[in-house]
Amino acid sequence: MMIIRIGDFIKRVLNNIFKQKKNIKLGLYGPVNSGKTSLANRICVDWIGEEMGIVSSIPHETREIKIKEKVEIKSKKGKSVSFNLVDTPGIATRIDYEDFLKHRMSVKEAKKRAKEATKGVIEAIKWLDNMDCVLVVLDSTKNPYSQVNLTILGNLQARNIPVLVIGNKVDLKKSNLKAIEDAFPQYDVIGVSALNGNNIEEFYESLFKVIR
Amino acid sequence: MLTLQFIPYKEINNLTTSGKIKKILDLVKENKIVLVEGKLRSNEEAALIERTMENVSRSFKGIELCTIKAEEDYGLISKFKAGMVSLLVGNRQGFTIIGPAAIIKEIRKDPTKVQLFTVDKIKKRRR
Repeated sequence: MMIIRIGDFIKRVLNNIFKQKKNIKLGLYGPVNSGKTSLANRICVDWIGEEMGIVSSIPHETREIKIKEKVEIKSKKGKSVSFNLVDTPGIATRIDYEDFLKHRMSVKEAKKRAKEATKGVIEAIKWLDNMDCVLVVLDSTKNPYSQVNLTILGNLQARNIPVLVIGNKVDLKKSNLKAIEDAFPQYDVIGVSALNGNNIEEFYESLFKVIR
Repeated sequence: MLTLQFIPYKEINNLTTSGKIKKILDLVKENKIVLVEGKLRSNEEAALIERTMENVSRSFKGIELCTIKAEEDYGLISKFKAGMVSLLVGNRQGFTIIGPAAIIKEIRKDPTKVQLFTVDKIKKRRR
């Protein structure tokens, strides 16, 4: 009996050591222009003092997976957790190079961007399998019942990946966080403004709970 | 003229994921709006988006997609009942609409209605 207990104890200790050494991958997923990179930048600036990527109003600015390793955050109670932050291209079901022409791009540039964007969407979907935890970033000024949102959440649920839904852009007049809460009652939803920092402390507390 | 093509459940039930997606995308690329009986699984939706992105070209801009299912009840008993029904007769509940992005600008869905917004071709030609 005693030997079994000692065995269990050693197993638990080893498991904990293994868990701590594991590099948790925290993914940022969402539709195009929902503010994933803005939120990634906010997290990185707040905790490691440098930005992660370029933010733009032109769709598909992030067209490849970007990883910031060993980001460590601390809770109000002084506990800390470290993770690798993975910023992903926005998921879309349509990409038309002509849409980029409205943003004063040449035809060549627009076609190149469209091609890279399609590859980015494929890469983002493939990376779903690598995530330990995901922040689904939604634009709180938009209708949450979009198929892209449902597909992302459905795939995360099917993989049993812990999720925190972020309603971004709550500083804007058209923001409707309640619509997101009503659309996804089975998830924890937190409203933030990644750009202005509104509610960011509460976000970190929620993030801490999801990662643990 | 808009063509709405219906795919009954029995026509795709026995197909593999890639078989289902090929069937759907082949029709969508013919500028048809496809109405599939039953809801695609989440991995099939993701695979559909992946395959769509692989197919994006000058003439094919992608798809608009919408799945509609009966109102969800998150109770354990309801989930169990729904699971049993799916096991016995397959997941026929709800339906999936897939249309070409060249025709469908947006599918707006809220819990009570679905609206299909089509591309204004005259306006597009003028530009």
